[in-house]
Amino acid sequence: MIRNPFLRRIAPQLIILGIVLGLNVLVFPDFFHVEMKNGRLFGNLIDVLNRGAPTALLCVGMTLVIATKGIDLSVGAVMAIAGATAASLVVDGNHWTVAVIGALSVGALCGMWNGFLVAFLRIQPIVATLVLMVAGRGIAQLITEGTILTFLDPGLIHLGAGTVKGVPTPVLIWLTLGLFVAYFVRRTALGMLIEAIGINEASSRLAGINSRVLLVCVYVVSGIGAAIAGIIVAADIQGADANNAGLWLELDAILAVVIGGNSLLGGRFSIVASLLGAMIIQSVNSLILLSGMPPEFNLIIKALLIIAILVIQSPKVAHLLYILRASAPQSHPKQLPPFKESKR
Amino acid sequence: MIRSTHLPLIVTLATFVLAYALCAWQYPAMLSLRVVANLLTDNAFLGIVAVGMTFVILSGGIDLSVGSVIAFTGVFLAVVLRDTTMHPLMAFALVLVITSAFGAAMGSIIHYLEMPPFIVTLAGMFLARGAAYVLSTDSVPITHEFYDALQQVYWKTASGGRFRLIGGVMILTFLVGIVVAHRTRFGQNVYALGGGSATSRLMGVPVASTTIGIYAISGGLAGLAGIVFSLYTSAGYSLATVGVELDAIAAVVIGGTLLTGGFGFIAGTFFGILIMGLIQTYIVFDGTLSSWWTKIVIGGLLFAFILLQKGLTWASTARRKAATGFVTPS
Amino acid sequence: MTDERRPMLQAKGISKFFPGTVALDNVELTLHAGEIHALLGENGAGKSTLIKCLTGVYRRDGGMVVLDGTEVDPTSTHHSQTLGIGTVYQEVNLLPNLTVAENLYLGRQPMRGPFVDRRRMNAHARETLRDYGIRIDPAQPLATYSVAIQQVVAIARAVEMSGKVLILDEPTASLDHDEVQLLFSVIRRLKDRGLAVVFITHFLDQVFDICDCATVLRNGQVVGRLDLATASRNDVISLMLGRQLAAQVRAPKPETAGKPLLQIEGLQKTGMLGSFNLDLHEGEVIGLAGLLGSGRTEAANLIFGAVKADQGKLRLRGKDIQVRNPRDAVAHGFALCPEDRKTDGIVGELSVRDNIVLALQARQGWMRKVPRKKVDAIAEHYVRTLDIRLANLDMPIRLLSGGNQQKALLARWLATDPDFLILDEPTRGIDIGAHAEIIALIGRLQQDGMALLVASSEMEELVAYASRVIVLRDRNQVKELTGDEITSENIIRAIAADPRMEVAE
Repeated sequence: MIRNPFLRRIAPQLIILGIVLGLNVLVFPDFFHVEMKNGRLFGNLIDVLNRGAPTALLCVGMTLVIATKGIDLSVGAVMAIAGATAASLVVDGNHWTVAVIGALSVGALCGMWNGFLVAFLRIQPIVATLVLMVAGRGIAQLITEGTILTFLDPGLIHLGAGTVKGVPTPVLIWLTLGLFVAYFVRRTALGMLIEAIGINEASSRLAGINSRVLLVCVYVVSGIGAAIAGIIVAADIQGADANNAGLWLELDAILAVVIGGNSLLGGRFSIVASLLGAMIIQSVNSLILLSGMPPEFNLIIKALLIIAILVIQSPKVAHLLYILRASAPQSHPKQLPPFKESKR
Repeated sequence: MIRSTHLPLIVTLATFVLAYALCAWQYPAMLSLRVVANLLTDNAFLGIVAVGMTFVILSGGIDLSVGSVIAFTGVFLAVVLRDTTMHPLMAFALVLVITSAFGAAMGSIIHYLEMPPFIVTLAGMFLARGAAYVLSTDSVPITHEFYDALQQVYWKTASGGRFRLIGGVMILTFLVGIVVAHRTRFGQNVYALGGGSATSRLMGVPVASTTIGIYAISGGLAGLAGIVFSLYTSAGYSLATVGVELDAIAAVVIGGTLLTGGFGFIAGTFFGILIMGLIQTYIVFDGTLSSWWTKIVIGGLLFAFILLQKGLTWASTARRKAATGFVTPS
Repeated sequence: MTDERRPMLQAKGISKFFPGTVALDNVELTLHAGEIHALLGENGAGKSTLIKCLTGVYRRDGGMVVLDGTEVDPTSTHHSQTLGIGTVYQEVNLLPNLTVAENLYLGRQPMRGPFVDRRRMNAHARETLRDYGIRIDPAQPLATYSVAIQQVVAIARAVEMSGKVLILDEPTASLDHDEVQLLFSVIRRLKDRGLAVVFITHFLDQVFDICDCATVLRNGQVVGRLDLATASRNDVISLMLGRQLAAQVRAPKPETAGKPLLQIEGLQKTGMLGSFNLDLHEGEVIGLAGLLGSGRTEAANLIFGAVKADQGKLRLRGKDIQVRNPRDAVAHGFALCPEDRKTDGIVGELSVRDNIVLALQARQGWMRKVPRKKVDAIAEHYVRTLDIRLANLDMPIRLLSGGNQQKALLARWLATDPDFLILDEPTRGIDIGAHAEIIALIGRLQQDGMALLVASSEMEELVAYASRVIVLRDRNQVKELTGDEITSENIIRAIAADPRMEVAE
């Protein structure tokens, strides 16, 4: 039994991640081998951390949004908008920091828009964020004027493809942001207040919590996370691709949150578990790649994985497992309790 | 008298008429039957899949898997027709059975495991797309004389427009959909579920079979849309029709159906499809406008309709008809 | 009442247990055809549990139900409906998005081949509803009609499908006076048709208006059966309201009130509360008395800003203040323990610790987190002083019993050190022990100089601790009792006073 409540919370994700990484080693014994080449760390493990950056960045905000009983479908489109903004700003000759600030502001603005629809107009989150999901790529294409807007600014490119002391920059960025937000919401009372809203908004309001402002905040965090992810993806390929940047990544992010054991119905959340979820998804991708299985199977395996995890998490199945467990220690294993209460 | 539930439908119709009038005023050529014929042909697969989506949304659910199912169907047909001697009709029947069963399976999971449709159909989306990849990652051309024969079925108008078979299939699908939604017990049960599943259960609606049926229909119609799409493109490609589920959802909402379920009409979806097609046609006619405006305008329309529906919900809860229907009490 | 007729429905010795409580204890209910039978009792008395046992929502733990001479055991609402027991609830259990006719015939539509015969369905619906005295277009969506019409449609569906017993669970709660009369004309028609009708309401006028006899429940037991032709309003009210505290020691009441704290002038909201005035001093406990629906809860919510008032002035220690939402109220040192613990009070999945610190944390703002040590100290302090029984502070609050949840909510507000504490039904649905403790606590807080406003349906309880009692009736302040005037009899008299009689005085 694990005593520390934090470790107990993330134990299932750690175990799953361990298993998937173990499988990686099985199919590719050098999986954990990391070496320094030309001042840059190389290795499959580094790849997993690096490739998983966009999903990890998205799932930070998504975790908070889902904790409030919401969902943000627009993050993929916001990534495209932010990438396009950053690219067009540097192409216009601005310093890369201006581009980054511009892209982050645009992301925050998108989040504010979603938050406004949800908190003030009281539109269902899935409907409210659908608007930006549909229109967002159009807006991004408007900014890039339909082309893949390429740039050569070394400062911006460094964010996606560079390294700091040998570690790829995206890895540092998502680790910093993820752990900072995870620490910040627990260091302050934000985490608890967000959970309270997600569980019972009426009670929370009566207890004096400003639920509207908090709701807008979580969507803004989600928007900013998406903007950072968008910048990294654009910087990596040295161009903003409005059509494909972040395509379907919102689904990966939601999946990471769900694999992280966070309920889609809101309430208690763990950002670290979601981040582990994102790494699990990336490790599965890596496993499929390394095992030499055709990449075609990637999606099928992912789908089966989701289904398996969801079925385990489903309240109905949890109830069945509970009944099974409760009946297990009985001295006469044959006499299982009746499935339904018998008639009196 | 206008019923409040009909208002979104009327707004959709008015939007369509207005938009078409605007287009015709700027480009009189858009009034031609040729344009109308192309509108039907180009949007046939989207229309068919939107009928299924309307059923799902009316019941308060959502189906994200349809785009992948269309792609799967196309690849499946192409591979089967390439590698076996099966007659296309037989292949059509087979693929419709597979896709309907796929939908029914998702419906069962949603109902029996009480999982949100969003997540279940998301998994379905990955699964169907993955199955398509496994069959073939390349675009597989379909060459079969039966396909050629079907593609030659059209009605040519005097002005040179061609009303093709697939447009007819879409219109037929809409007609059947309208009848099922408004004239059968199943249709009433769909609306009942959208009004509230707990209340429906209390009132004796067979919730399980209705839910499963709804997703089976959506899956089956996605299969039919896949067949139509393969006739349209003469190929099966696993990367095709990405994001079609979004277009279908947008068409349903622009067609006046409430995304939370319970209110809406299949006929509205038809006009939703036409409006979206019209926007694209206009941009093609204009020539200077870029294609991305389609997405932005559709997003804007989506927002406008969501606001309209929100407003109607507020208005109807704020003001109800007084009990004037009573005969004077004794 | 001796009645030789065979009863339409007879419930014998019905018992129902929930973990930790006895919800129904050997309850008897007898209904005859052509009779309108009132089922009375305050919330938590067991009315709805009894109804749920009769209609198959709950399985009873003891007793039997005999319907029209045969023993029945309904397993679901649908089953009980086919047996002949139909139920209509306060929230209309129909589908607002379907038309009136579709609602009436859902699941049993007239068919022509594979298709629903809409024309015939609408014609049938129109005819049926005409029998109920309403002429409406059944092809319109249900939502376009008023709640009164919806209620009649719900009744029509229940009667057409069942036909023996009709249970009406607070059908008039959201209707205005005229609508109530129209609904009553429908119920009288059904009585003439020979149905046995159970009528549940909190409005005594309506009980005397339409019902023939009454069964009164309190704490899960039948405390009386009355023939309403001979019983008086006082009889009914004193049966309904608890007296189990009569023997308890009364909290000492300070003779002189403290400094003036809060003045409320003309607080009102259309449809919820007529002009409400209150002068509140430190160390004072004001009781809010009245039957359910009299405006007790509404007054509490309006003062706290949980519902925005149309108009009204609040003055705190001589200064005008604005209370637009609960956040403002908390900032001014107000606190409210709401009536419905589950939906408005506890945050179920959060730990007891977090629930206790929630209001304090919300007031401090999210930036300044209450340090863990202080949280533990506060939580442990209140767990000890309020005697909250729990396994540990980390358990989700929803797992606590009702009484302990209530104490934890009290702790949540006491942690903010409020000047003015509003308690809405603080002792509802909790066990006797916790009940006495909460009453003792009210006395203690008062002695510490806190001002309290307590809305309660327990007369004896109010008598025990209130220094003044404001009586509400029909959403209006009708009487204020002070000093020796505060007795159960006086409160009951003020509640029961027939408004028409008052005008004549």
